[in-house]
Amino acid sequence: MAKTNAGIIEQEEVFLGEPLDRKARLRKTCRKALTQWQFYLMLLLPLIYVIVFSYIPMGGIVMAFKDYSVSKGIWGSDWVGFKHFIQFLSSPSSLDVIWNTLALGVYSLIAGFPIPILLAIALNEVGNQKFKKVVQMVTYAPYFISTVVMVGLIMQVTDMRTGIINNILQLFGQDPINFLGDPDLFPSLYVWSGIWQTAGYSAIIYLAALAGVSKELQEAAIVDGASRLKRIWHIDLPAIRPQIIILLIFNVGSIMSIGFEKVYLMQNSMNMSKSEVIATFVYKIGLVNADYSFSTAVGLFNSVVGFILLISVNWLAKKFSDTSIW
Amino acid sequence: MKTSNKLIKESKADKAFIIGNYIILAFVLVIVLYPIIYVVSASFSSPQAVIGGEVWLFPVEPTLMGYEAVFKNNQILVGFKNSFIYMICGTFINLIMTMLCAYPLSRKELVGRNVITGIFVFTMYFSGGLVPTYMLIQKLGLLNTRWAMIIPAAMSVWNMIIARTYLQNTIPDTLYEAAEIDGCSPIGFFCKVVMPLSKPILAVLVLYYGVAHWNTYFSAMIYLNNQDLFPLQLILRNILIMNNIDPTMMQDVEAMLQKQGLVDLLKYSVIVVASVPVLCIYPFVQKYFVKGVMIGALKG
Repeated sequence: MAKTNAGIIEQEEVFLGEPLDRKARLRKTCRKALTQWQFYLMLLLPLIYVIVFSYIPMGGIVMAFKDYSVSKGIWGSDWVGFKHFIQFLSSPSSLDVIWNTLALGVYSLIAGFPIPILLAIALNEVGNQKFKKVVQMVTYAPYFISTVVMVGLIMQVTDMRTGIINNILQLFGQDPINFLGDPDLFPSLYVWSGIWQTAGYSAIIYLAALAGVSKELQEAAIVDGASRLKRIWHIDLPAIRPQIIILLIFNVGSIMSIGFEKVYLMQNSMNMSKSEVIATFVYKIGLVNADYSFSTAVGLFNSVVGFILLISVNWLAKKFSDTSIW
Repeated sequence: MKTSNKLIKESKADKAFIIGNYIILAFVLVIVLYPIIYVVSASFSSPQAVIGGEVWLFPVEPTLMGYEAVFKNNQILVGFKNSFIYMICGTFINLIMTMLCAYPLSRKELVGRNVITGIFVFTMYFSGGLVPTYMLIQKLGLLNTRWAMIIPAAMSVWNMIIARTYLQNTIPDTLYEAAEIDGCSPIGFFCKVVMPLSKPILAVLVLYYGVAHWNTYFSAMIYLNNQDLFPLQLILRNILIMNNIDPTMMQDVEAMLQKQGLVDLLKYSVIVVASVPVLCIYPFVQKYFVKGVMIGALKG
């Protein structure tokens, strides 16, 4: 009897006093949090780290709306509103920079996105395990080559006099090509060297998902007389669909964030018309010319556009499929 | 049952598909492998052979001249030393920070877990940008110190999320409850149970952080001015990309430097020497490397 009474009273409390209940719950949570002080102690250092090195620089973004001068400091400098953004978007040379960034990003996406999927499917169809292991091992390896060495490698193999690619071209009676000196060849050189370096690594995720495809499904399809191509189309591809969508979201979201490191190293005065992208532009105005405000504004423009892209692609993915990153 | 499947013969189309598949993969293998073999072979060839375009697959007139030049170059040796310092200290700090952060966030009962995770994850998608970060490093007095290579990269949120996902999936709640009943504090549990159970994820983290420290040049380029602090990658940039080889650094072979061939040879040798430390450990850690990618894929 006592037990049931207590139960009824508790229920009544829930119905009657909602604000009281919320307060009580808050107090209970606080008490629980206090007992977890050791967890918060552990989190202290990492939290200080992100606050100092990620959030404090975000405060520096106000510079984009000011005319920063060293003597007045960030907060004392004069507000100028959107002046730097207008200046950036109205100059023809910056439009070239935006266009180059987009062109490289879209080219990387279109050429670079399907290849790891095809590679994973091809590897998955290989019956000879030794051959499969060798191909995997070799195709992952270039991922570990540093950007500097990678660009050095590109320069050596495409060298006009001694590079192996031009030697091969000459073998077939072609004239040597100055790959790094031709602005029109720059996007292809950038994108395909990137594919050479990362396709194997990017295939790992798909390979892992393909390894999880149910054997029974495959066997049933074999019994039904489905050809290999049909099995790939109807069984393998649907199995890796979530991975494809998630990576597509990330890849589209990063179209605008073409990395600084490789482009900067591949740049020279001859290919500059196609190789200047937002990241390298931001570096040159900001740290070379010391125009802090303008550089911050261009950088902010880039991250905001990139962030909007990511959110919209994620929204589209959520709408048309059941997979999204958040 | 298993044999019965094999009894069903592959159709002609399937046979063609299999053969085509092998041919394509063999082609991929050659395309990836050939430049690597070529560079290694060129680095062992004579300068004349390199400049004359005689190297195709195997070293021509084998010599160690290129490597001699590399190891007589003071800059490269200093770069090696610095890179090792940055890699070892940096990775050590990375591991401590990452685990300290990943473990509490892996506990479902942590009050405010989602908010705190959000604070970390947001920084993956949005940052202050180049100039504000540079000004911060300047204000903190880290410019032109070794710390500039270590502290700003003390933790990667992406790697932390991988570690958190691993801990969530491998350490059962019952283990934690049992330890709590035995009077073990969260920090004690972390040191005595979590760390020993995390060896696979620690290997993944060492690999990712270690390679990142070894390969980076950007932060060194913007934060460091003093040549004595330069990591190897920055020295390599000077040699490979900007063609700045300090002739006084190569006393013995100075006369030969006049020959462009030796410069080219030096470049090939330097590419090999700089990649060897990473590529040497690669076969041993490949297992962990693949594991890391897969844990990361679980939680996009």
